[in-house]
Amino acid sequence: MTAPMLADALGPRGRRRVRLVSVAAGALIAAVLFVVMRRLTDKGQLDASRWEPLTQGSVIRFLLNGLLATLQVAAVAMVLAMVVGMVLALGRLARAPAIRLVAGAYVEFFRGFPLLLLVLFAGLALPKYGVTLPVFWYLVLALVVYNSAILGEIFRAGILSLDKGQTEAAHALGFSYWQAMLIVVVPQAARRMVPAIVSQLVTLLKDTSLGFVIAYPELLRRARNTGEFFQNPLQTLFFAALLYIAVNLVLSRVARRLEVRQRRRYGAGAITVAGAEDLTMTAVQAEAADQGGRE
Amino acid sequence: MGIVLDNADQYLAGMAITVALTLLSFSAALVIGTVVAACRVSPVLPLRTAGTFWVEIVRNTPLTVLMVLFFFGFTKVDIQYSAFTSAVIVLSAYTSTFVAETVRSGINAVAKGQAEAARSLGLTFPQVLGRVVLPQAFRTVVGPLGSVFIALIKNSSIASIISVVELTEVADRLNNETARPVAVFLGAGMAYLLLTLPSGFFVGVLERRVAIKR
Repeated sequence: MTAPMLADALGPRGRRRVRLVSVAAGALIAAVLFVVMRRLTDKGQLDASRWEPLTQGSVIRFLLNGLLATLQVAAVAMVLAMVVGMVLALGRLARAPAIRLVAGAYVEFFRGFPLLLLVLFAGLALPKYGVTLPVFWYLVLALVVYNSAILGEIFRAGILSLDKGQTEAAHALGFSYWQAMLIVVVPQAARRMVPAIVSQLVTLLKDTSLGFVIAYPELLRRARNTGEFFQNPLQTLFFAALLYIAVNLVLSRVARRLEVRQRRRYGAGAITVAGAEDLTMTAVQAEAADQGGRE
Repeated sequence: MGIVLDNADQYLAGMAITVALTLLSFSAALVIGTVVAACRVSPVLPLRTAGTFWVEIVRNTPLTVLMVLFFFGFTKVDIQYSAFTSAVIVLSAYTSTFVAETVRSGINAVAKGQAEAARSLGLTFPQVLGRVVLPQAFRTVVGPLGSVFIALIKNSSIASIISVVELTEVADRLNNETARPVAVFLGAGMAYLLLTLPSGFFVGVLERRVAIKR
């Protein structure tokens, strides 16, 4: 993989320099890794006894059920958020200013809200006012409220990115505003939004770990409890982190590949939403991949 | 809303901590992120690999997991800092991955002719990067970096998990004291909006100011 920065191949002096730096960098990294392993061994963190609980079937099952709970929350929240998000997007594009205002206010308000605050609100405020639900639904509610705002913006950006000619042609054929929107525009825009949606799903999966603070038995909470029980928090949390990374890596790659393929096919730009980091990330990586591929 | 006004001093203290967390973490993340981005485009393979590992691993772990791992797990290897310092460290590390990817895209967006011209003038790779490419790259990625900053303001709320007394923790404690969750949390939400909305505005202004006029 040639570094994209180099315009052409390096001459002999450049190659020698690169080789020298490579060796130095390799040695430095190896030294860092050595120090880390040393420290871990000294503190007995690599002892079999600490890792042993993680090999027990019951423990693994416990943690994997936590992962399952995570995925369940994410799936339900994502579907609901997409529905609400679509309603919001259409609301912001409606002709009646009152609807536009309400939808706009909702989006701007909840986009700036930290999700943790929403989770705490759902878990602590709602029960007080008589709304008692299983913890699952508090978490889902918080996730839906927040992500519907972000998804609403994604959908709106997607709809707006569609060529105006489509709407004009639909109107010329006698479609009403909503007919044109729902029959012509949205189905086409939907294609463009898929990578951004998958990207937001990655963020959502990571955010399910916030269920931790309202005692939802997702992966992080289970890992923490297990770690405290067996006195090996470092190992259990490390294992949990690996699970998260594995799931998210797969989803991220899917998102990125979809984004790159979409740029090539539809020439559509990336859909980014202010304040949503993973979207910016995917768009950025897709651009980078694009640039790298163009050489 | 009286509750909010009664405890305005606590809210303001929490806001101050939030702002401190955000500014410190963002500064560190900018530095680390740029270095990682440079590693990822460097011709030196070990640096490229290390950079990719860093970004992929840290970015795909939830911030909550990172916080808990650092604050509660690392004590087993005698790495223990105060809650505030730990929060800054973790937030910096997490945000640096987003900064790195954004800067990398900016680097790739700079016209290739710039790098070619620099090379033909005999500049070494670090010089090409530092004197020619990065200054231009930064001007193009102000928008996305602003987006990362706003996300960081919101992410700083995660520090409440390790008991840093920032805005969310203030709200949580007030709720425990007064049992008026709606008013308390709404107040905190407003406070966050007070931070994110002006930031968004200033980022827009800055973006227009430094945009490369073609």
